[in-house]
Amino acid sequence: MAQKTPTSDPLSTRPGSARRILPGAEPEKVPAIQVSGLVKTFGAVTAVNGIDFTVPAGQTVALLGGNGAGKTTTISMLLGLLQPSAGTIRLFGEDLASRRHYLLPRMNFSSPYVELPHRLTVRQNLEVFARLYGLLDRAVRIKAVVEELELRALADRRVGTLSAGQKTRVALAKAMLNLPELLLLDEPTASLDPDTADWVRAYLEGYQARHGAAILLASHNMGEVERLADHVLMMRQGCIVDAGAPQDLIERYSRQNLEEVFLDIARDRRAGFSAGRGEADLLSGGPPSDRDIGPN
Amino acid sequence: MTADRHMSATPRFRDSALSRIAAMVLRHFYVLRTSWPRLIEMAYWPTMQMIIWGFFSTFLYAHSSWLANAFGVLISAVMLWDVLFRSQLGFSLSFLEELWSRNLANLFCSPLRPIEHIAALIVMALVRALIGVLPAMLLAIPFYGYSIFSMGLPLGAFFFNLLIMGCGLGLIVSAMILRFGLAAENLAWFLVFMLAPISCVYYPVEVLPDWLRVISWSLPSTYVFEGMRGVLFDHVFRWDYFAASIGLNALLMSVGLGIYLYAFALARRRGLLLQVGE
Repeated sequence: MAQKTPTSDPLSTRPGSARRILPGAEPEKVPAIQVSGLVKTFGAVTAVNGIDFTVPAGQTVALLGGNGAGKTTTISMLLGLLQPSAGTIRLFGEDLASRRHYLLPRMNFSSPYVELPHRLTVRQNLEVFARLYGLLDRAVRIKAVVEELELRALADRRVGTLSAGQKTRVALAKAMLNLPELLLLDEPTASLDPDTADWVRAYLEGYQARHGAAILLASHNMGEVERLADHVLMMRQGCIVDAGAPQDLIERYSRQNLEEVFLDIARDRRAGFSAGRGEADLLSGGPPSDRDIGPN
Repeated sequence: MTADRHMSATPRFRDSALSRIAAMVLRHFYVLRTSWPRLIEMAYWPTMQMIIWGFFSTFLYAHSSWLANAFGVLISAVMLWDVLFRSQLGFSLSFLEELWSRNLANLFCSPLRPIEHIAALIVMALVRALIGVLPAMLLAIPFYGYSIFSMGLPLGAFFFNLLIMGCGLGLIVSAMILRFGLAAENLAWFLVFMLAPISCVYYPVEVLPDWLRVISWSLPSTYVFEGMRGVLFDHVFRWDYFAASIGLNALLMSVGLGIYLYAFALARRRGLLLQVGE
């Protein structure tokens, strides 16, 4: 995993849409994700409000924010499950809107909220998805992911009979079948006990180290984000209101950990932060001062 | 638990629409293979229908000059009607399976294209229709000494047209479910029955009032059942009816496909692919 070094927020231009070229990227590598001016509205509700960001190849970026901040909506648009109202998404340098079916085999997705068919066994599910992803050596690959994710004892059990944690591991196995270059994970350790969650995080770190995959992670688990993410995008009300390496954010907010930073942002504990000026000032004005951040 | 094992092999890939269609067929095959109550249920109703209409035909055979000319006309009609019903149901239920299991998002963030999904649903409509009506067709031979297969090649033409019509209706039902969610699920069960009276399954089109005949002749199924009676009573295969049925089915499939793809695009705009489910 790439070393996480404290850095200042790269740059910003306009509220909620500052383009962020994340530090540590190899300049010759095409970014895994380039998002520009991304907007999603549902009627009068703006779920994602003009966000811009880049995820370099081989890095882990976390989307953090409270419920309804726009994280899952953003991931859904990156998967092509949801059509943006405006803006562009480029994956591996190619336009998602026009090249979706050529890009999807290079990525995968896992979420505890999207289930696999309950009546099929774990092995049957993996067989179906291995075929969907066009894998030729299916038996070899399925055996590999079953062993890696320690699913051998569950392989011939129906998914509907598994516990929530076991289902999460099966969903992760599905997501690993095609050796994705880009992995989109929506709360990958939700419903897992601490031991299994720690194991999954170690697995993700190992996978990234071996394959150089980019990971975009939406999570409410701050410890997980601090451990896995090279960079964090803080979302609030559909906008990216701050960004940086986890340690950098902690230092800038003068907090002990990322959870406290998250609470500052989620509860809008910044003097003078208002809908009219907050995001623009925060993003363009550099790190907030102690005066700007404080308990209520 | 340890997490430091390494990938044992570098996989190879092939971009193949056929492989993806086969994957979806396999997914439904897995469900059917392990669910014998479903298999029995699929064959149960067509067989019961065949038995009831078989006894009714036996009774009418002695009391009706019309039926005396072709004993198997009612049994054939009920079995062909089940081809239409079962294929529509097979298409729609296979689609609903994905919603019930909340699997649509997994499918459509994979390389599967909507048109490949539809192709797999058509295969499943054929499989489910065969599972449903084939036992009834075979049992009619020992029960009543009547073989629907005595119609010969025209039976294949009728079967094909009813299968395609069932899939066209299945596309419309699936589109409605995508658009309105599982609240529209019951359409899968009753839509096709709305067409039964005007498809003239058991009686000729002449029975209908003039204004209703116009509507009746706009359905592919009407040409199939009139064509069936032509074969059984007059021993003539009506190519004109066959051509009309093919043409109307092409139109129905085009409209169904258009509505489905529109509903799919709408679902992508509104985020319904992530939300629909139990």
